[in-house]
Amino acid sequence: MTPKQLTIALAGNPNSGKTTIFNNLTGTRQKVGNWPGVTVEKKEGNVKHAGYDLKIVDLPGTYSLTPFSIEEIVARDYILEERPDVVIDIIDASNLERSLYLATQLREIDCSVLFALNMADVARSRGLKIDDRKLSELLAVPVVFTVGNKNKGMETLLEQAIALAESDRSAVQKRKVKYSKDIEDAISKVEKIIGNHNAGVIPYNIRWTAIKLLENDKIVTSRILEKTGNIGEKILEDIDNQRNFLIDRFDDDPEIVMTDERYGFIAGIIMEVLASSTKQRVDISRNIDLVLTNRFVGFPIFIFFIWAMFQLTFSLGAYPMNWIDSGIKLLSSFLAQALPNNIFKDFLIQGVIAGVGSVIIFLPNILILFFCIALFEDTGYMARAAFLMDKIMHLIGLHGKSFIPMLMGFGCNVPAIMASRTLESEKDRTLTILITPFMSCSARLPVYIILAGAFFGAKAGTVIFCIYLLGIVLSIITGRLFRSTLLRGADAPFVMELPPYRIPMIKSLMIHMWDRSKIFLKKMGGYILIGSIVVWTLSAFPLHISYSKDYASEIEQVQRSYHAQMIAATDAEKSVLQQKMDLAVDRIIRSQAAERAEKSYMGRIGKIIEPVFAPIGIDWRGSVALLTGFVAKEIVVSTMGILYAADQKKDSKALENALVSSGMTSIAALAMMVFVLLYMPCLATLSAIRRETASLKWMIFSISYSTMLAWIMAFLVYQGGNIIGA
Amino acid sequence: MLLSEMKEKQTATVVRVGGNGAIRRRILEMGILKGTKIYVEKYAPLKDPVELIVKGYHVSLRVEEAAQITVEI
Repeated sequence: MTPKQLTIALAGNPNSGKTTIFNNLTGTRQKVGNWPGVTVEKKEGNVKHAGYDLKIVDLPGTYSLTPFSIEEIVARDYILEERPDVVIDIIDASNLERSLYLATQLREIDCSVLFALNMADVARSRGLKIDDRKLSELLAVPVVFTVGNKNKGMETLLEQAIALAESDRSAVQKRKVKYSKDIEDAISKVEKIIGNHNAGVIPYNIRWTAIKLLENDKIVTSRILEKTGNIGEKILEDIDNQRNFLIDRFDDDPEIVMTDERYGFIAGIIMEVLASSTKQRVDISRNIDLVLTNRFVGFPIFIFFIWAMFQLTFSLGAYPMNWIDSGIKLLSSFLAQALPNNIFKDFLIQGVIAGVGSVIIFLPNILILFFCIALFEDTGYMARAAFLMDKIMHLIGLHGKSFIPMLMGFGCNVPAIMASRTLESEKDRTLTILITPFMSCSARLPVYIILAGAFFGAKAGTVIFCIYLLGIVLSIITGRLFRSTLLRGADAPFVMELPPYRIPMIKSLMIHMWDRSKIFLKKMGGYILIGSIVVWTLSAFPLHISYSKDYASEIEQVQRSYHAQMIAATDAEKSVLQQKMDLAVDRIIRSQAAERAEKSYMGRIGKIIEPVFAPIGIDWRGSVALLTGFVAKEIVVSTMGILYAADQKKDSKALENALVSSGMTSIAALAMMVFVLLYMPCLATLSAIRRETASLKWMIFSISYSTMLAWIMAFLVYQGGNIIGA
Repeated sequence: MLLSEMKEKQTATVVRVGGNGAIRRRILEMGILKGTKIYVEKYAPLKDPVELIVKGYHVSLRVEEAAQITVEI
């Protein structure tokens, strides 16, 4: 006999300890993904309990089920359409009154609800005593006490959930939220209207549907229209009459009046079930906030935390990065020795391993960063950071929480874009993701150092600083522009709870960190692998190039002439000659590599697109370098090294000298830096954008917008600079 | 007076929550309703947003949102 399957959904307010309970119930057997079509994270876990197969679904944390935010729509749609066997509402016992708002909505929607009064210990320590029997009786809902962070009450919770699923649903759960007489009358009238016209067509509880129609709920209204066809308009008209009657009667919208009355109903319940002792306890959280959001030290502490996170991510992360780098180098040199020389070997080492290596290397950064972010979130500091920064970020049309992703962008855009997950509103998230690439990441710095070093000498530092500044300014302008055009609409109201500080649980931090990192490895790995194979193929083919000279015989000739000289030389002279010979051979090999690059498909593409880059002062070599920079921005430097035939191993200034002697001007160099700052994000960043916005459209938009902006800005710099300079 | 005009550490009772659709309803849903007692815990260092204590929990509102709420001390 196959075990019986039950689906249990967890609902609850943000910060109610829902995630902790989910982690307790499912352990590490979690599946993290996105809800279809949206970027809201979906977590699922399967557990066996008492002969049942339980699928536990973590719904997004919400305060209500009004379909304003995506999270609320997702949660409500899941309950309405997927019909889980049981919905467990996780209630923060120390915050009973507000938590009951969601609870009353769950009661109205007519699903099998079970209340978990979580953090009962915190409530007790605050002098709050909850009469669970009374609560259970008043709302006709089973109530279980849990302490999520101490793993208490989980067994009972599952047992009760199974019992509820197996019980006769119609027998229990009769009691509903009661409204004032006028509203109740209107509800029954609307029930009649929809009942008369199309009994059985509406798949939801009829009282709930009537309430939502009176509230002018857009989603329910459109579903009614959809289901009832041509009489739909008539039905809605009748309902509108009821609405207008209520508006007249209360001088306010019914949805407002009903919100008010729900809280009135809750106040009644609170009076009966909650006893609070009058003695005031010391509120630790408030005392912490006296410091952390203090007028004078709040910002310095915030800056310190951010600095520490940056240091940990990029400085501490540099050690494991080096180990991984050495490991990859070891692997490729081992393969270089072990495999016979052929195209497959090149493909494996330069295409696959180099490509995958360029992603894996970010793993330490990602792990540390997400550990820090999880720490900020789980302790409750993230809300304080948003509280501090909101004024500044609001100027760009963003939420206070956008600050952290944008700042992380200076290190690496990939984790930065992934960090935007902490933003609740999708518009805020999209906007943050679109402007984050203008934060100049650390991979772009080597390009600036070479170019500025070659052309601006002592002023290089200032020039690089100005490039960074330009990125920030353009992100602000872009932010304001998009906010007033593409992503218009009131930015999400800043009604944000500042939850009490909590000691984070290691287990939850680890799960949090690992989930995000797994996503990074899986998805980024795929895109990067394909991208680097494409770039490698374009630069490696055609295999046989007709060189302008016979390089092999030239090398032979050089070697022969040096060997001839060496015969007659003394030992001291011999080693000098040996060095000279090596240099000469190197030079020939380099010019062969340069010619090979020029004649590869990549080089040919560079020549084709050269006219596009000519107006901004970049020649075909620069164009190819920029193209390869698509895989990772630091590759621009190594490609330029090959194309300008500079020997970077021997002399760190070689590329700079080669650039100067190639006829590049300082204005062209500046234009190129501006272009590198702004043009399309690298492959890893693009795949992060694709993933986090859950849309190909935004990724393509990001490519086009940033590349166009880069071209225009570089054009202004190059042409403007030439006019001023001339 | 308006909630946004209150000083830190003052307590008041909500008289009316104004504003338009979504924001107004969201404020109400968070438990800031007519007759609710509000304690102004503090303003952020840059004077915006403001932290309030309502129904025993801490919530922050932007000053422009607080300006939609009429209170009585």
